[in-house]
Amino acid sequence: MSEKIRKVDGITKESTQAMIDEALAAYPEKGRKKRAPHLAPNDQSSGKSCVKSNKKTVPGVMSARGCAYAGAKGVVWGPIRDMVHVSHGPVGCGWYSWGTRRNLMSGINGVTQFGMMFTSDFQEKDIVYGGDKKLKTLLEEAKGLFPLAKGISVLSECPVGLIGDDINSVAKQSAKELDLPIIPCNCEGFRGVSQSLGHHISNDTIRDYIIETREFSEPETPYDIALIGDYNIGGDVWSAKALLEEIGLNVKSVWTGDGEMEKIAATHKVKLNLIHCYRSMNYMCKVMEEKYGIPWLEFNFFGPTKIRESLRAIGARFDVTIQEKVEQVIAKYDPIMQAIIDEYRPRLDGKKVMLLVGGLRPRHTIGAYEDLGMECIGSGYEFAHTDDYDRTAPEMPEATVVYDDPSEYELEQFVDRLKPDLIGSGIKEKYVFQKMGIPFRQMHSWDYSGPYHGYQGFSVFARDVDMAVNSPTWKLVQSPY
Amino acid sequence: MEKKLRQIAIYGKGGIGKSTTTQNTVAGLAYLGKKVMIVGCDPKADSTRLILHAKAQNTVMDLVREKGTVEDLELEDVLKVGYGDVKCVESGGPEPGVGCAGRGVITAINFLEEEGAYTEDLDFVFYDVLGDVVCGGFAMPIREGKAEEIYIVCSGEMMAMYAANNIAKGILKYASSGKVRLAGLICNARKTDKEYELIDALAKKLGTQMIHFVPRDNQVQRAELRRMTVIEYSPEHPQAQEYRTLAEKILNNKMLVVPTPLEMEELEDLLMEFGIMEAEDEAVVGKAETAA
Repeated sequence: MSEKIRKVDGITKESTQAMIDEALAAYPEKGRKKRAPHLAPNDQSSGKSCVKSNKKTVPGVMSARGCAYAGAKGVVWGPIRDMVHVSHGPVGCGWYSWGTRRNLMSGINGVTQFGMMFTSDFQEKDIVYGGDKKLKTLLEEAKGLFPLAKGISVLSECPVGLIGDDINSVAKQSAKELDLPIIPCNCEGFRGVSQSLGHHISNDTIRDYIIETREFSEPETPYDIALIGDYNIGGDVWSAKALLEEIGLNVKSVWTGDGEMEKIAATHKVKLNLIHCYRSMNYMCKVMEEKYGIPWLEFNFFGPTKIRESLRAIGARFDVTIQEKVEQVIAKYDPIMQAIIDEYRPRLDGKKVMLLVGGLRPRHTIGAYEDLGMECIGSGYEFAHTDDYDRTAPEMPEATVVYDDPSEYELEQFVDRLKPDLIGSGIKEKYVFQKMGIPFRQMHSWDYSGPYHGYQGFSVFARDVDMAVNSPTWKLVQSPY
Repeated sequence: MEKKLRQIAIYGKGGIGKSTTTQNTVAGLAYLGKKVMIVGCDPKADSTRLILHAKAQNTVMDLVREKGTVEDLELEDVLKVGYGDVKCVESGGPEPGVGCAGRGVITAINFLEEEGAYTEDLDFVFYDVLGDVVCGGFAMPIREGKAEEIYIVCSGEMMAMYAANNIAKGILKYASSGKVRLAGLICNARKTDKEYELIDALAKKLGTQMIHFVPRDNQVQRAELRRMTVIEYSPEHPQAQEYRTLAEKILNNKMLVVPTPLEMEELEDLLMEFGIMEAEDEAVVGKAETAA
């Protein structure tokens, strides 16, 4: 490992372990035994995960996790803009997952995009008599009302799996009758330990129902790629796609932010899959590699340092024309990025940040903070697996704390000890820490801002971080510590 | 010749002898050199004990409860091999009155599919299903891509025949949208009057056949006390021959039909014709004894 070992003043393996032990001391013995392997000081040089992950949340501790349905509706299927996505079951799951993730869509509502809320709105009688007939009627109505939709996904909520409705059979029959792709997704919320299984199930349905069912209309070129695992939060896709096109690549399809069903279905014809969120879409990258021989490459579009590295790694997969364009693009943006850094770094230098996000950003955003002179002194995921933590080890400074699916209590304890200048996490954490007098940014939804991807995104990111950390508000709040 | 896996579901009124009949028939198929897997789809989990000589095998849901999630389970934890290399799995589920037994069946069958339990060497998979198809979960074995052949175990008792007719109604629903077919009635004799003729007539009315009439014989109970099938316990006994005959008939059965279930009146007419039920006198309905 050529990476230089980075250290943070005052943080050693011993100090981090002592902090973890102190937090664990509050638990009863059984809970302590279960939680201990999920918390550890980082071993930067090992390149290996230092914690246990993807296990059932310990009962009685609050968790920030979502469910399999959330992974399917919110992450993988929901962002595809030209399809109707049906939340199959009682109304709440559909309602509260409607647009809350801020995966933006282009197009005209009802014509080229369908970012509306569709649900079968189960009632008592649907539970007792089964909902298959209602689903069939709903599918007919959806097709009738929105004839331009390119397909329909049926996303099962918990009760559908409990009463044993056969949505697969309804979908198959209706798809034939309506001459429309209808994709049944058995993503009941109670399946698996987190939203992660919902991603996997959704990837499997793309494999089983979508991929290879369409072809691109334009002729193939050697520069055809797909942008995988970008969900267009606050417009991320638009920034990332423009940058990839600037270096001469044809972004043929996007999975799935502002995505289009027919382009996703033709992705088996691209030359390279570029994957941003590894956790939620590595499954299909591996399928496409095995089945169609399409290589895939992970990349990172947060902050100029990582963007530069990623662009060169992407360029290395293509010929010299792309490589030359990569260098031109880097040369074009370097001074612009330097100007941003010159503006914000003096106010952010040496500030410390702690992160708790989903399955990618706890490692991918670290470089962007470091570009602004900040240090990451703790990071963790809601639903990552061992291979994500392997990828995290080299990104985090030595001996800083790594926490998997932490409870609110553990986070509070760590924050109290480490006193970071910023916390980047979700809505469930936001007010707890703001009330502690600590600046906070929501890093799932970009806190009503964005994009954060690409060069365009970095200027927004730097502004937002500065705005949070250096807001004069904090001088008026009395911190409890 | 390409080998095709035949998936078979056994339904019938509770207590009619589905599990006993299934295991003895499967033992018969194994005796004929066939590779079989039994999937018990009943929370009571007594579908494999005669093959495994076990009181109760570890069920899929038992282990899910123990380990927390189905993702942590391995196939070898729940798949056991017994007499004649028959593979055995029990879905398991909650005790009566709590939770959701139907979901247990769905979880278990999904698990078997994902873990590759349906291996290429198998000739048959038998699903031994809880008596009443009370919710969608118990119809899981006859969903698309699963069992396409259904046998109903029944006897000459009135309630067993009602149940058989109701099950035929369920099959009709699934047959109209998929490939599920009724393959026959198995009469597990209770020595009621004109039992053979009655079930034979019912089968014909349902558009199917009585594939076999299994006579009542206490040898079955003697074998069960030793947690064995008759075929294994006393292969030379005439009752063992009955099950081998049934196995052979199933092996060669080509008669797969969309059933034609009877209206209640038709069924009652049939019962009256065979003297199982007397004609109703509307004049006495609702009159207490003292009022007469």
